[in-house]
Amino acid sequence: MSDSKITAEIVAQHGLTPKEYERCLSIMGREPNLTELGVFSLMWSEHCSYKSSKVHLKTLPTTGPKVICGPGENAGVIDIGDGQAAIFKMESHNHPSFIEPYQGAATGVGGILRDVFTMGARPIANLNALRFGSPDHPKTRHLVAGVVAGIGGYGNSVGVPTVGGETNFHASYNGNILVNAMTVGLADQDKIFYSAAAGPGNPVIYVGAKTGRDGIHGATMASAEFTEDSEAKRPTVQVGDPFTEKLLIEACLELMAGDAIVAIQDMGAAGLTSSSVEMAGKGGLGIELNIDKVPMRETGMTPYEVMLSESQERMLMVLKPGREPEAKRIFDKWELDFAVIGTVTETGHLVLKMHGQTVADLPLEPLFSEAPEYTRPWEATPAQVELTSKDIPAPKDLAAALKTLIGCPDVASKRWIWEQYDSSVMGDTVQKSGGDAAIVRVHGKKKGLAMCTDCTPRYVFADPVRGGAQAVAETWRNITAVGALPIAITDNMNFGNPERPRIMGQFVGAIQGIREACLALDYPVVSGNVSLYNETNGEGILPTPAIGGVGLIDDVSKAVDIKLKSDGESLVLIGATVGYLGASLYLREIEGREDGAPPPVDLKAERTNGDFVRGQILAGTLTACHDLADGGLLVTLVEMAAAGKRGARIEALPADIAAHGFYFGEDQARYLVTTTDAAALLDAAKAAGVPAQRLGTTGGDTIEAPGLGAVSLKELVRINTEWLPAYMAAE
Amino acid sequence: MKTAVVVFPGSNCDRDVAVAVENITGTKPHMVWHREAELPDVDLVILPGGFSYGDYLRAGAMAAHSPIMQTVKVKAEKGLPVLGICNGFQVLTEMGLLPGALMKNRGIKFINRPVTTRVEQSQTIFTNKYAAGTVISIPIAHSIGNYFADEATLDRLEERGLVAFRYCDEDGRILDEANPNGSARNIAGIYNETKTVLGYMPHPERACDPLTGGTDGRGVFESLLGALS
Repeated sequence: MSDSKITAEIVAQHGLTPKEYERCLSIMGREPNLTELGVFSLMWSEHCSYKSSKVHLKTLPTTGPKVICGPGENAGVIDIGDGQAAIFKMESHNHPSFIEPYQGAATGVGGILRDVFTMGARPIANLNALRFGSPDHPKTRHLVAGVVAGIGGYGNSVGVPTVGGETNFHASYNGNILVNAMTVGLADQDKIFYSAAAGPGNPVIYVGAKTGRDGIHGATMASAEFTEDSEAKRPTVQVGDPFTEKLLIEACLELMAGDAIVAIQDMGAAGLTSSSVEMAGKGGLGIELNIDKVPMRETGMTPYEVMLSESQERMLMVLKPGREPEAKRIFDKWELDFAVIGTVTETGHLVLKMHGQTVADLPLEPLFSEAPEYTRPWEATPAQVELTSKDIPAPKDLAAALKTLIGCPDVASKRWIWEQYDSSVMGDTVQKSGGDAAIVRVHGKKKGLAMCTDCTPRYVFADPVRGGAQAVAETWRNITAVGALPIAITDNMNFGNPERPRIMGQFVGAIQGIREACLALDYPVVSGNVSLYNETNGEGILPTPAIGGVGLIDDVSKAVDIKLKSDGESLVLIGATVGYLGASLYLREIEGREDGAPPPVDLKAERTNGDFVRGQILAGTLTACHDLADGGLLVTLVEMAAAGKRGARIEALPADIAAHGFYFGEDQARYLVTTTDAAALLDAAKAAGVPAQRLGTTGGDTIEAPGLGAVSLKELVRINTEWLPAYMAAE
Repeated sequence: MKTAVVVFPGSNCDRDVAVAVENITGTKPHMVWHREAELPDVDLVILPGGFSYGDYLRAGAMAAHSPIMQTVKVKAEKGLPVLGICNGFQVLTEMGLLPGALMKNRGIKFINRPVTTRVEQSQTIFTNKYAAGTVISIPIAHSIGNYFADEATLDRLEERGLVAFRYCDEDGRILDEANPNGSARNIAGIYNETKTVLGYMPHPERACDPLTGGTDGRGVFESLLGALS
């Protein structure tokens, strides 16, 4: 293959622009061969190089007293006390999941698990943020079924609980669904492993599954728009084997308990290429690999195919010299391939040998330092008009509006999805899907990690800055609502084609909003992933910066959930309400409009209100708590009532807000809580400068409110729970 | 009470059950690797949940042929108590230590949620701390839990009191809508002839802690502790 002529067509097929190829020629000082071109193509793909996004990502706050390792490694690492660390990241597997939903989603879970255990952490929780097309699009049902089964099929088998996530539907995802998988792991701070190779002469080890021809060009696929022939790309989707992943987790953690490993990196997108290049490159060293030694599943594979394969469940390690036998013993025990395939060198080059010949030789440093980086032109999204209930007509029937909202695809219960995930394996799941944040206890301790994923894409579309800030604030609020202290986030930026200034403007705006919220909430970004080109035939998705948040609660027995606990308790609303209806679910579902500005995000109020609520939870004064989000107050109340199997009554409306604004407005920084001592809570709120009002009382079997009448809770629950199973059962 | 937990490479509830056993009996179980041929001197063997060898073939089919299971089989036939949970139940039927088979759930999908099962026998080593007819809430987590046996076998199980647990509603009624996976006669767990081997699809080890899944499963381990110590 090495003697085939590199034509302009081959360059284009590898996703490199003529200018990028010129840069590649100047680095090489000669025409690269096909294998070398493949390495450039992968390393300079949008997926691996972040060439369109890097200049903006650099502006995010990534440090803080709890940050042990920020972006740049396989996953982010935070300090959770007692010498322990939480290691986490969220990553997209959008393109493969659209083409082959089961395997695409399954390997997405596999990949993010590897990113976390590569660093020495035992994965303790999975979450996923899913966006599908309109329910009436002909592909949606099939995609939901496949993605959910794939996530479950992989996560359930490896034995890591899937504890949370979110699912939205919108026509903008018809041709580009989003499958964002997040893993949270637990490690000891003195047993964290990084990827920078060290020690020339040290052996380079390949472990895990064998290399086949699957997934070649996956990273390149993830860096281009879809067209009608994308279905033909099915062969580039990898096939997952969760059993092998389980063995790999156990074998790696067993080896990591000792001190034989110098560096370790999983082979994810761009496989052996990116793992070897990144390990050597980060270490400022070279690496020489003997392709003949790579365990292969198929015969006759070329170096090009071996280097570009995205076969799953593989890792690359650098060991201390002479430690191969003890490492091999462990991988033999777990019946995994173990092969010494090369050495760390001082050359600064990636050198590949096969059949005794050099089949590729390229300098590593310029691959990074001269990687293309674009400041793409961008246009700010035009400001939308603020809309409150004064601007939107009142509905004819508030109860009918509530029923529509509670049963609409974005609010309807996702039980059909999360019951297919094993959420209770590992025995430490304290709270899972269905509330605000999930809580997983740290094994053997009283403390727990709270975690969630959030984004409201319609807000980001209407106002990227506000929407970006809101996504961060909502994770912070969800973690706060269970009683935990939010620590850090991972961001999964899903956008359309960055070469369009309007799309690039959404990206830039969202980053600005995320930055503002992270700074205001002391809530840095420690890892992330960017997925661009989520477009089909020129139609982009709603901008979706999915945020995964992680927090800590010192004693999980102090956490609260959303369930109404007993009759006769007071309902108290924390936070101020104006009745914002711009870009709200109410506006979309009841009025059929998607216009207007999203609700303002007052980060100071977020912080003050949230710190107050968390303090009250930990002091034991609240019996339940739920953050207000999609659909506003009444949707929140119905969810709490449904979980607690008891109704509630709102006794009075504020005089200055129309009922539909108060009931359905999506004003931020709010929580609905219950308490047995409303007077004390209101006094404490007043002292803390936090808006709070007593709304009513728990009990009964209806949801009752002025203007709404009394609506049967049973009926509301039926409407809320029947939509998704009925939809999935239909043909 | 001395316990051995068999660990297959794809077991994933081995730690969970070991934690429950240790918390309730005060003794750490022996974790026995699937390639071992010998069992330590124990009073009870537990086959934990998970995906023993990936279970890409029939669930538990390969595990039934592992070295350790040959020893377990010989000892079980001589009366050593064995508790098979979820995948462990599948392995027990594959080995012929228990009759019948577990098939794909009737809804095809994997299901994880608490279900209520009724204790059918309260005089066994596994259930003596429960009253007969007690309804316990225990999570299931499986896609292959639909118990099947021919009518004659089912009749024999009933006649001889070998049905250990049945899926029921909260009031203990044996209803089809309380049957999560389509199991014949709502069977969630069965005994062998001597009631020393129990296969149970729900996970009692996940219901031993009030913070994570309730405490209804503790009775299984407390019963064993009482009977085998």
